[in-house]
Amino acid sequence: MNFDFSDDQKQLRDQARKFLTEKCSPKAVRVVLDGKALYDKELWKGLAEMGFLGVAIPEEFGGAGAGHLELCVIAEEMGRANAPVPFSSTVYLAAEALLLAGSDAQKKKWLPAIASGEAIGTLALFEGKGNPSPKNVKLAAAGGVLNGVKKPVADGAIANFAVVAARTGSGGRDSDISLFLVDLRAGGVEVKNLTNLDPTRGQAEITFKDCKAEPLGAAGEGWSILTQVLDRAAVLCAFEQVGGSDRALEIGRDYALDRIAFGRQIGSFQAVKHMLADMYVSATLARSNSYYGAWALSTNASELPEAAAAARISATQAFQHCAKNNIQVHGGMGFTWEFDCHMYYRRANAMALGLGSLSYWEDQLIDRMRKKNAA
Amino acid sequence: MNFDDTPQEAEFRSVARAWIAANAPKQYEEELRKSSLGRTQLKNANILDVAKAWQKKKADAGWACLHWPKDYGGRGSSPIERVIWQQEEGPFGQLSRMFIIGHGMCGPTMMAFAREEHKRTYLPPLASGEKVWCQLFSEPAGGSDVAGLRTRAEKDGDDWVINGQKIWTSGAHYSDYGILLTRTDPTVPKHKGLTMFFLDMKSSGVEVRPIKQASGASDFNEVYFTNVRIPDHQRLGEVGDGWNVSLTTLMNERSAIGAAVSTGFPELFEYCSSLMLDDGPAIEDRAVRSKLANWAVKASGLKYTSMRAISSLSKGERPGPENSIGKLVAGSMIQDVATYALDLQGAAGVISGEDAELAGRFQAMLLRAPGTRVEGGTDEIMRNIIAERVLGLPGDIRVDKDVPFNKIPTKGRG
Repeated sequence: MNFDFSDDQKQLRDQARKFLTEKCSPKAVRVVLDGKALYDKELWKGLAEMGFLGVAIPEEFGGAGAGHLELCVIAEEMGRANAPVPFSSTVYLAAEALLLAGSDAQKKKWLPAIASGEAIGTLALFEGKGNPSPKNVKLAAAGGVLNGVKKPVADGAIANFAVVAARTGSGGRDSDISLFLVDLRAGGVEVKNLTNLDPTRGQAEITFKDCKAEPLGAAGEGWSILTQVLDRAAVLCAFEQVGGSDRALEIGRDYALDRIAFGRQIGSFQAVKHMLADMYVSATLARSNSYYGAWALSTNASELPEAAAAARISATQAFQHCAKNNIQVHGGMGFTWEFDCHMYYRRANAMALGLGSLSYWEDQLIDRMRKKNAA
Repeated sequence: MNFDDTPQEAEFRSVARAWIAANAPKQYEEELRKSSLGRTQLKNANILDVAKAWQKKKADAGWACLHWPKDYGGRGSSPIERVIWQQEEGPFGQLSRMFIIGHGMCGPTMMAFAREEHKRTYLPPLASGEKVWCQLFSEPAGGSDVAGLRTRAEKDGDDWVINGQKIWTSGAHYSDYGILLTRTDPTVPKHKGLTMFFLDMKSSGVEVRPIKQASGASDFNEVYFTNVRIPDHQRLGEVGDGWNVSLTTLMNERSAIGAAVSTGFPELFEYCSSLMLDDGPAIEDRAVRSKLANWAVKASGLKYTSMRAISSLSKGERPGPENSIGKLVAGSMIQDVATYALDLQGAAGVISGEDAELAGRFQAMLLRAPGTRVEGGTDEIMRNIIAERVLGLPGDIRVDKDVPFNKIPTKGRG
């Protein structure tokens, strides 16, 4: 049994960590946090040059042609660094949708542009409150044009193109939904940037008015493709969350060793020690669930739906837990803008919602476990 | 990344599987599979007899204590082969419970500290289950604070004379031998005045009294020592070095990789899959699903944490510290799971025993669960271990650390 990453993959992780430590310091993250830029363009360029954007994209489409395990280790480092770039929207959602359902021409057009850092992509699924469901998709596709409003769309304000979920049938069935590919720099699109919990990753409202769109995948197959895309993204996001959990735990641990109160390191008080021990427990459970998700993703196993949901829930809980208790360990200083704790708190809580909320994934997990048991 | 055996592992697995299929006591398989925390007896047989017979059969064929050297009754297997054996043994592994302390703690301590002739005499019958061992560490005055123990050992000629009391001794009532931690010098700080021995539990002056637990069952005992004589050659380690010897024992307790911890989740999921609530099937209720999902990811998280440790063993590496979370997570989880299973039964959840839902499976689990959060290191001790050894946080401030033992104030029961 070798339920672990290979030495080469671990080396890639070290390489990514070194690169991000250098190019994505908390100071660099703060440029975006403070609203001075929509994302870190220099970092994005650097990630492309390192080959990280196209690590799981086949060579024929301009990528490195490695695989999803390689992408997982990079994702972990992106989470650790709290990187203020549209990595998850472009790489986990848009690129995965293209790989799963794109025509050869669509792949040729967008995948090399993603790998080179020229194109930012995203998924436009949500329309206000609610979780992923065909019933919640109102935006209509008819006669090759889209009409409707999507929000929130992650990185919508900086994206060049979007995969859009649209209604092509009248009911609430899966088969009433189809996917479309939209060049957001062409006409018929109005983008408004929204304030959101985590300013290091933008959220936008996009209005489509008689916007030209080309189908992505077969008509009526949209929901089935989307479900697969969300599962794959759930695993990849889980690695970002695992990386974020570990970093939040480390920051808290370091502070507990450094800070003296009542004449002692605060990390010598059991109330603080035990809080940190519990954070370690959450982070470890999340890592192990995520490894299982990575295995299922990389082998395209039939267990992927269940493994993805478990990874999603476990990693979401761990990141939220570690991020909030990191602030608690810091006391008042943790609640200042100056300390970095809130960047992880913001990211943890934004990520908890991005692919559908925790309660949605809990429901999905039990559904999928039942299906497996019935099979 | 894969879950595949190496060719050697696959070969070992197929040999083990074939032997188990041909030899295991299959008449008890179903019952053992359905056993759960607080419900571990067999209906029509004494589980101790069945366990001893299975252990002897394994030993005769070379399948006992796989990781021990052959000279001492083992097989000389690698750690990963031991894990594969456990996986293949499946529900029959439940029968090893009465040997866990002897095989996992007493045996390794004897191997590290006993004289060669004692190892050759005592270890093979321990491996084969013909002799059962217990561990006599905890005392009324020393629970989590093991080094606070008060049982005295005083030198008298070539013997040591033991007086005092131990508590929470698993299986003392059916044990033949035990390892015993005593205080030989009360005038030095507590960790420095301890000495370890092994003894015959049938020695004159040893009295075993079962403890009636909060659950009503009796798995543990108090053991009283009145002028019990132990020859000096049964001392393990140097006089005054008992604390270090006991650390060997305890490290072995916590390094049991691959041993599945009981979370109660499979039982609860199975129950909810068929249970009808007032508004329909439990498994379709949003609140039930949310609870189940939260426990499901803890159970799977533990499972794959264990897989990661096994992978390290397979590569010949030492597993990392992540395995230390198992008992901490599973202990409180099984308590919560049992509580929730009864909540789903409404007022009828109060009924226990044969008249209850599923013959009282979850009621028995609830009543046994508090012990899991205490035995083998309380939740609080486990958190200290993680905080100090994994995260590198400072140890607790110990006001009694440098004080002679006989000057430390005491009160209360451990």
